[in-house]
Amino acid sequence: MDVIEEVRKSVSRLCAEFPNEYWRELDAGRGYPREFVRALTDAGFLATLIPEAYGGSGLGLMAAGVILEEIARSGGHPGACHAQMYTMGTLLRHGSEAQKQAYLPQIADGRLRLQAFGVTEPAAGTDTTSIATFAEKRDGRYVINGQKVWISRAEHSDLLLLLARTTPRNEVARKTEGLSVFLVDIREALGNGLTIRPIETMMNHHTTEMFFDDLEVSEDALVGEEGKGFRYILDGMNAERILIAFECIGDAKFFIERATNYANDRQVFGGPIGQNQGIQFPIARAYADMRAAELMTHEAARRFDTGEHCGAEANMAKLLASEVSWRAGDTCLQTHGGYGFAKAFDIERKLRETRLYQVAPVSTNLILAYLGEHVLGLPRSF
Amino acid sequence: MKVLVPVKRVLDPYVKVRVKQDKSGVDLSNAKMAMNPFCEIAVEQAVRLKEQGVASEVVVVSAGPQQSQETLRTGLAMGADRGVLIPTDVALEPLAIAKLLKAVVDKEDPGLVLMGKQAVDGDNNQTGQMLAALLGWAQGTFISKVELQDGAAQVTREIDGGLETLQVKLPAVLTVDLRLCEPRYASLPNIMKAKKKPIDTHSPEDLGVDVTPRLQVSRVEEPPARQAGIKVESVQELVKKLHEEAKVI
Ligand SMILES: Cc1cc2nc3c(=O)[nH]c(=O)nc-3n(C[C@H](O)[C@H](O)[C@H](O)COP(=O)(O)OP(=O)(O)OC[C@H]3O[C@@H](n4cnc5c(N)ncnc54)[C@H](O)[C@@H]3O)c2cc1C
Repeated sequence: MDVIEEVRKSVSRLCAEFPNEYWRELDAGRGYPREFVRALTDAGFLATLIPEAYGGSGLGLMAAGVILEEIARSGGHPGACHAQMYTMGTLLRHGSEAQKQAYLPQIADGRLRLQAFGVTEPAAGTDTTSIATFAEKRDGRYVINGQKVWISRAEHSDLLLLLARTTPRNEVARKTEGLSVFLVDIREALGNGLTIRPIETMMNHHTTEMFFDDLEVSEDALVGEEGKGFRYILDGMNAERILIAFECIGDAKFFIERATNYANDRQVFGGPIGQNQGIQFPIARAYADMRAAELMTHEAARRFDTGEHCGAEANMAKLLASEVSWRAGDTCLQTHGGYGFAKAFDIERKLRETRLYQVAPVSTNLILAYLGEHVLGLPRSF
Repeated sequence: MKVLVPVKRVLDPYVKVRVKQDKSGVDLSNAKMAMNPFCEIAVEQAVRLKEQGVASEVVVVSAGPQQSQETLRTGLAMGADRGVLIPTDVALEPLAIAKLLKAVVDKEDPGLVLMGKQAVDGDNNQTGQMLAALLGWAQGTFISKVELQDGAAQVTREIDGGLETLQVKLPAVLTVDLRLCEPRYASLPNIMKAKKKPIDTHSPEDLGVDVTPRLQVSRVEEPPARQAGIKVESVQELVKKLHEEAKVI
């Protein structure tokens, strides 16, 4: 059987129980989609990537991606929970067996939420290795000080995967060294050295600032070896980019479908507006662009799932998909004329939601710089 | 008790149907296919009977193109135990399907056949009734409620003007209506399990059934485009128009 298609069907069914009004109301009140996340968790979809031995389904990015795509296509906002799928990847690949046994089965059944990933800092966004949050080893424990920003879903996560320096930047030969990854229990840390403050943004994304003030964590919180954290984080980034690309494809499909339906239905000057090429062609182009981005996304996922190099494809997929979803959204808005601006149509909301992906988790310019330097062999631009 | 649930692969009901240029039928090339919604309801009910401990095994059966296997897998992912595939490229008519199903019933010996009242492709609404006749079994059609006890099924049928409750002796063929139950979405672990569930294959020849079509389609056409509506000024005018022009009240 084509498991992927079966998954697509089932997720689309599940999403039908959470109509657009559900997401619209959450957006208006900046609420968290608890009921939706519960349903998705109970049906096992957030445990897609966790191996069967740890209570998941052991499927690849293709299946995980299709789940997120369907959520986005239905009009939902997968950003509220996508990280529960992939943040555990770092733990899976680099954690000790004891850590995996302790956490993965509980992440798989949703008892533990690991969907906060702390990298970005006020003075270190694109330039990750210049982060200043420091974890100092003292009497068999780590004491963490520093500040993170844009850490999404921290208020809706039990655990935080944190990147911090363990050796000062001027004491390592290469700036990518001396960084370590920690698994911090947010529930224990809150009020004991960790403060979380929400940041209001243009969409309902539950992102926060985190302040670390002598937060103590045990040695067991370290994932893998001290000092190798940057490499561990990089490992997970391709997966994240590919999954975000799937979401953008879902957004693009949402916009194209809405635009097509409206262009067929809306009568102006005695005919459907879709008969005008000025309306029809931008939708057709968005479709062609979406399909191209979708093929790249599938190629990236296929490579990831078969263990081939996928850095270039993962980056290109995210670049192309995040741009096509935005353009398709703009076309959809234009097709709807004034109605596109009405909240009740969900187009302006989806457009706000999909815009993020040209900036996070990595911005378009940085992808272009990567392609220029690493794929084409052009001089490094920064 | 074993429950047999026939399921049909049809054009996805949410996809817009296009008539072929030569008007010989509906264009199915590249069309999205899905399990007939009424069949889904039947599978759901059968799985619930199993969960309630009333049914011991749920077998889904599908006759049609090889890809009907996907439809069976959907049923298995919803919770059916095994599948029977009857592959054929012949465009099957209700009587042929009923005969194939009878042959499967003879082999499987179920205590109940639960099936959709009709498939949304041809909207024939014949197969269940024909099957019951071929088997010489009791039938309950368009059911919106079912309870099984003491070798009988108490079913509620949706009929014009109200509900009818019937006591049907088992074994029986029951055809389900929309309001019987809400089909579930399959969980990921169940989708994974469905991959490993067995599907037996029997060709129409194996089952000794001649499926040659007896009907000929002369022409398929799109329904006429809907006329624009009108706005009325008052309730009185509406009532008058409904009475005099539309003649519905
Ligand atoms: C809603 C939201 C949620 C987020 N969630 C998380 C999260 O959960 N965890 C986390 O760690 N981070 C998160 N981020 C942070 C996100 O990853 C960063 O915003 C992103 O990496 C860019 O960093 P910056 O904002 O500091 O931009 P900067 O690094 O200041 O860059 C600003 C602009 O300059 C461009 N630029 C920078 N350097 C170059 C160059 N060399 N050449 C050309 N252009 C350049 C960039 O492309 C960008 O357009 C989130 C951000 C947002 C807005």
